[in-house]
Amino acid sequence: MHAVVDSLAMIAVSYVMGFLFYGFYRQLNARVQRRWGPSIWQNFFDNMKFFFKSETLTHGPMFFFGPMIIMAGAFTTVLFVPFLKDSDWLQGFSQYGNLILIIYLLVVGPLGNALAVGSSGNPFGVMGVTRGLTRLMGLEVPFFLGLALVMLQHETTSVHAIMAAQDGLANWGLVTNPIAFCVILLPFIASQNGSPFDVVGAPVEVYAGPRVEFGGRLLGVLMTQNMMMSIAKLVLVVDLFMGGATNILVLIGKAFALFLLTTVVSMVFPRLKTEQAVDFFWKVPLGLGVLAVILTVWLPSWSA
Amino acid sequence: MYHKTQCEGFQCEQAMLEVPDGVEAVREGVLDRLIAWMRQKSLFVLAYGTGCGAIEMRPLMTSRFDAERFGVIGAATPRQADVLIISGYLALKTLRRVIRSYEQMQEPKYVIALGSCTINGGMYWDSYNTVKQVDRYIPVDIYINGCMPRPEALIEGFVALQARIKNGEKGGYHHYRENIDWYKANQRKVLGDQVPPAYTYDWYHAGDVA
Repeated sequence: MHAVVDSLAMIAVSYVMGFLFYGFYRQLNARVQRRWGPSIWQNFFDNMKFFFKSETLTHGPMFFFGPMIIMAGAFTTVLFVPFLKDSDWLQGFSQYGNLILIIYLLVVGPLGNALAVGSSGNPFGVMGVTRGLTRLMGLEVPFFLGLALVMLQHETTSVHAIMAAQDGLANWGLVTNPIAFCVILLPFIASQNGSPFDVVGAPVEVYAGPRVEFGGRLLGVLMTQNMMMSIAKLVLVVDLFMGGATNILVLIGKAFALFLLTTVVSMVFPRLKTEQAVDFFWKVPLGLGVLAVILTVWLPSWSA
Repeated sequence: MYHKTQCEGFQCEQAMLEVPDGVEAVREGVLDRLIAWMRQKSLFVLAYGTGCGAIEMRPLMTSRFDAERFGVIGAATPRQADVLIISGYLALKTLRRVIRSYEQMQEPKYVIALGSCTINGGMYWDSYNTVKQVDRYIPVDIYINGCMPRPEALIEGFVALQARIKNGEKGGYHHYRENIDWYKANQRKVLGDQVPPAYTYDWYHAGDVA
């Protein structure tokens, strides 16, 4: 019973945080562009509107199951990331999983996307997926290298243990292993589809990218999973580098600070081309990652 | 809104335009009203400029007039759009594309006709290949007159449309579905065998739309 209530609470928390964060993002973006922008609830309204629209088109069963796979991926990711430390609540099934499982779950989304869009046969959708998978090639390596660095530093794959090791500001991953945070930050922005690396949806360039064929309810599902997935990733980085959170307010504060950092980066930089993005990932974050591995393995006293 | 059983001819149609028909509400319950309230807060506009009026939509969407305040933002594809703006005159060639785009949109969907050209042909009143009354081919929810209307007028139109959605009034798409044969006959009259193929609209006949 506790597990069921806890899981539902986690899903609800990630959803609410998701649409409020994105609503804030849209408002902040508007203010930067010297306009008023929508209300902070705008993403919630958009999402609900899509859920109550009709969905008349079909492209075979895979077109329907693709969003469901992505949604299931988002739900499981949320459930395997512990939201709080030293608490019975908002844990989900995180004691049964570890960082390696979460790494696998993060790839479920793009995979489901590719399946669904491939069956729709829309050239813009396929183009979007191709760009997405190309970018994935660039961002996965430094991202996972960064996560591996964290595992190496704490010599465990358990997110709980990593959180427990960071008691106090001086022991935050951000302070003890800043280079791993730098390695992760840019691929993290890319995996959130933030601006310099938003080659997948690429507004104007490939219309709506992979989502070009989705409208109505399936788009609502995709939007929901996107918001929840973003929160899951934010919370994961908070757990790994900012010492986790002991209560929900601290969690929101820390996740919001991180979100603000990525948002500011994406608001300032315009979109890169796909090959530029991949080149960049293979050069800067990956180079930094290799350097960090050398430092962590050969000079353990330096990073620990 | 024209109806096949009602009168034909320009004078008669003008008279019908001036007399608003009774407001038909379809939404009743609390939940429906809540959904309608959220729906009017979020209108995605299909970014498809059919005529010169589209030039007024750029300042509307960008910082100067900022339509995003009203939840109005552009959508890239008809699948994701709620509002189709007929921005100015429609050539016969464009009409075909507009009909196709309109039928691809998911319900509920609304049409805003912009400029005098959509109402009576405007300065193209005697042109051989321009549609004079858009309402005969696709159902129009809101007309915004002027040549061309300013972005303020467009915002006014959006606010009026939002009020109609909030009140749960029957949208144009209901009329399209109920009078599909009349609309299709009109379209066939001007487009001939260029009319979009039957599979684009035969699900209207299937009755219960998902």
